[in-house]
Amino acid sequence: MLDLQGFGAFILQGTWVNLTAGLLSLVVAIALGILGALAKLSRNPVARGVAMVYTTLVRGVPDLVLMLLIFFGGQLLVNQVAPALGHEDYVDVDPFTAGVLTLGFIYGAYMSETFRGAILAVPAGQLEAGRAFGMRPREVFARILLPQMLRHALPGFGNNWLVLLKGTALLSIIGLNDMVFKANQAGGSTHKPFTFLFVVALIYLAMTTVSILALRWAERHADRPYRRAPA
Amino acid sequence: MDPSVVTQNIGLYLQGLWTTVWLVAAALAIGLVLAIPLAIARTSRNPLINGPVFAYTYFFRGTPLFIQISMIYYGSGQFEVIRQSWLWTLFSQAWFCALFSFVLNTAAYTAEIIRGAILATPRGEIEAARACGMSRSLMLRRIVLPSAFRRALPAYGNEVIFMLHGSAVASVITIVDLTGAARVVNSRFYTPYEAFLTAAAFYMALTFAIVWAVRLLERRWYAHLRPRPA
Repeated sequence: MLDLQGFGAFILQGTWVNLTAGLLSLVVAIALGILGALAKLSRNPVARGVAMVYTTLVRGVPDLVLMLLIFFGGQLLVNQVAPALGHEDYVDVDPFTAGVLTLGFIYGAYMSETFRGAILAVPAGQLEAGRAFGMRPREVFARILLPQMLRHALPGFGNNWLVLLKGTALLSIIGLNDMVFKANQAGGSTHKPFTFLFVVALIYLAMTTVSILALRWAERHADRPYRRAPA
Repeated sequence: MDPSVVTQNIGLYLQGLWTTVWLVAAALAIGLVLAIPLAIARTSRNPLINGPVFAYTYFFRGTPLFIQISMIYYGSGQFEVIRQSWLWTLFSQAWFCALFSFVLNTAAYTAEIIRGAILATPRGEIEAARACGMSRSLMLRRIVLPSAFRRALPAYGNEVIFMLHGSAVASVITIVDLTGAARVVNSRFYTPYEAFLTAAAFYMALTFAIVWAVRLLERRWYAHLRPRPA
């Protein structure tokens, strides 16, 4: 049944697109997540408000709707702004960039919540002790908060990554030439759409399986100092 | 921003809202009914029962819903067995393919949620049920499942929201749900902000309604855990 009729390498080229889009989105999401978490926990009411609106709005709306909004809305915005900057031609927004920014923006909101919880899970006494030693806020963050919050953040982080990775399948809807797009092309020209979509499903399954194994290893690794000695 | 685009097409949005609500509600209801026996099978020590169910939940949780719905909608015609039988009257219709894939997807997630809740049953409750002479099915019905549902509620509430948000992919297979309505409005008038922000507002309202309903249900189901008023 899995006769790919020479389209195997074609699909794998698309896999690379999905994987890089996913990983780049993850970088954006981590950056926004840290900013969001720090804003949520800050004493500045404006920062808290902005972060609250960001996480509530994004988590209340389907990722596909946000993707369409940012892709089509962004396209319109760019072409309204470009003439003002002296750009005459019509500007086409590249679906890869739009997709990475959108996925990063969406999962940044989920990461904010994960990181906020992880920061709160570090005992306040630890941070107080750091300050009592005369550490500057940046040192307290890098030496005490970050190493200890990572362990608490890992499970939620892993879930977010798995959802994000699967979310890259939606990028074909805004015209990205990824493996879903290629599978539909291959399926159309061979009249075997199920075969190629099933292959894409198996590739996703392989990527999620590797991710789960890697995350499990990381969780065990991060947990080492906290494990009780064998009796 | 031009609000008249939205007010002129409000009927389309309301139809889309109705489509989204019934699709998601039907998928969740059928999925929950399927998930309970699947969850019980997942707790079995017999690998012939546990294994196939694990393979099923692993596949549907490890692949994107968008691929699942595409496989069913675009892919089912590849099989002569489906094309040449009464099944084709169902699989040739977009609404059925959407419902079918949503049911398979949510049943997989829900089965794992309930399985986790069943495994967290305090050992003493099971021992007590056995000591009372309950059979396995009676114990499941009276002791294990009621307390498992209670423990599963917060995670299940999240699953309901995920299903609502995931249902937006139905718009890709020609269904005019909330997202589909927004896509129609955008392509007809080229007004992406108005079109998609309106859909987003509807989804947000639905999400908050679900959060509120789960909280209400939690208050009822956890009433026995609340401290008694002085």
